[in-house]
Amino acid sequence: MISLSHVSKRYPGGYQALHDVGFTIDAGELAFITGPSGAGKTTLLKLLVAIERPTAGSVIVNGQNVGALKPRAVPFLRRNFGLVFQDHKLLFDRNVFDNVALPLQIVGYGAKDAARRVRAALDKVGLLNYEKAPPITLSGGEQQRLCIARAIVHRPAILLADEPTGNLDAEYGAEIGELFRSFNQVGVTVVIATHDQTLLKRLAPRVIALKHGELAI
Amino acid sequence: MTAWLTQHVRGFTATFARLARTPLGSALNILVIGVALSLPLGLYVVIDNLQASSQQITAEPQVSAFMALDANRAEVAQIEARLKRSPRVQRFRFVPRDQALQEIKQASGLADVVESLPQNPLPDAFIINAKDSTPRSLEALRDEIRQWPRVAHVQLDAAWARRLDAALRLGRLLVAILGALLALALVAITFNTIRLQVLTQRDEIEVIKLIGATDAFIRRPFLYFGALQGCAGGMVAWLIVSGGVYLLNRNLGELSHVYASLFQLKYLTAGGSLGLLLIPATLGWFGAWLSVGRNLALIEPVACK
Repeated sequence: MISLSHVSKRYPGGYQALHDVGFTIDAGELAFITGPSGAGKTTLLKLLVAIERPTAGSVIVNGQNVGALKPRAVPFLRRNFGLVFQDHKLLFDRNVFDNVALPLQIVGYGAKDAARRVRAALDKVGLLNYEKAPPITLSGGEQQRLCIARAIVHRPAILLADEPTGNLDAEYGAEIGELFRSFNQVGVTVVIATHDQTLLKRLAPRVIALKHGELAI
Repeated sequence: MTAWLTQHVRGFTATFARLARTPLGSALNILVIGVALSLPLGLYVVIDNLQASSQQITAEPQVSAFMALDANRAEVAQIEARLKRSPRVQRFRFVPRDQALQEIKQASGLADVVESLPQNPLPDAFIINAKDSTPRSLEALRDEIRQWPRVAHVQLDAAWARRLDAALRLGRLLVAILGALLALALVAITFNTIRLQVLTQRDEIEVIKLIGATDAFIRRPFLYFGALQGCAGGMVAWLIVSGGVYLLNRNLGELSHVYASLFQLKYLTAGGSLGLLLIPATLGWFGAWLSVGRNLALIEPVACK
């Protein structure tokens, strides 16, 4: 599903974020990318969704060479992913329902079909009663769950999360962890970049450890 | 197909929502566009009307030949005979000087002034219709009659119409220049409006780019917005010009009553009105397209921090 070989990334300023990284994540796996801040976790995720391009090596997602994708093909690559951000990236000018419906609108779902899926996703993260609420009224944990609902509503093959529990206290963190586990159990490939040790112990995933931009193991 | 339609309907409703979100700003923009468009449009309507009426008047150009004041009857008869013989003349009318004086008395209400004149200041005149009313042959006829004895002055009535025609051509050129400039202004206004919108919606654009929106999807509501704004501006211009024509006609009604002629400005035709909606819409769309294309490229997601 995801395969990196000899991937290096040097930013225009000259900063070497990744150096000769290679690994494969199979479909249906639950994998953590760990390492201290500055180890290159975020850069790795950016390479997967073509926000950045590798300076060397190849990044293959679903059989596509991400580094060589034409700009117009990038949106279609991104539709394979559900993205969960540490800062949620919710849109505060619309309610909970419309936030979750966004990925479906982009793909062009009919209103009825979309509404059904949005409610299913909200139900899964336990926010079904907040449909009409503006996201700003939700707590941090609820906002993170809303972000997850938006990430899974279009049933992506891969769920990608960057420090999903970074801003949450332990109890919320545990909830979020369980959510990821349940998605993984129904066959979604889950990749989480984190340095949250509690989450790591709870989910006992496969670990890809980074240090100074290289594989640590 | 359904998905495609849904996308467009949604883009359209989103556009209306966007217009409604900033009602004052939108209204002002539309007003500016409307006023800008109404300038060349109003000028066009006036010129179009003048042209129509000038064609009516010059349908049958006439040549007027005035005899010398002291020409005697025999001399006038001689000219009359020549006119009858001339192959260029279709028909003519003789206006004796006494009759001309009577006409002036009746028509102008200057009876007192005319009475007080020591003698009739008007000459005998012929009003001549030519067989061929092209300007060139009219001029030839004028030059011929001018050579005849005791003819003091020959006047081509079509001359002023031709001058008007030239002035109208100039006017149309003016409309074209003004129209082009204001079209440019419309594109610029739209460009700027859309630029500001793109900037204020930076976050949204970033997020939807991240979750797989194509550029076409992101661009669509902005393009609709530009087109809709241009279209609404066109409507405002239509209202301004139609209102202006209505007011002018009311006053012209009185004026033309006094002059005993019925001169009324015509409103815009249906085709013209449609063009007035479509052309600004296209220009607005174009301005938005330029703006989004330029400003969207500047927004690349920097997600995951």
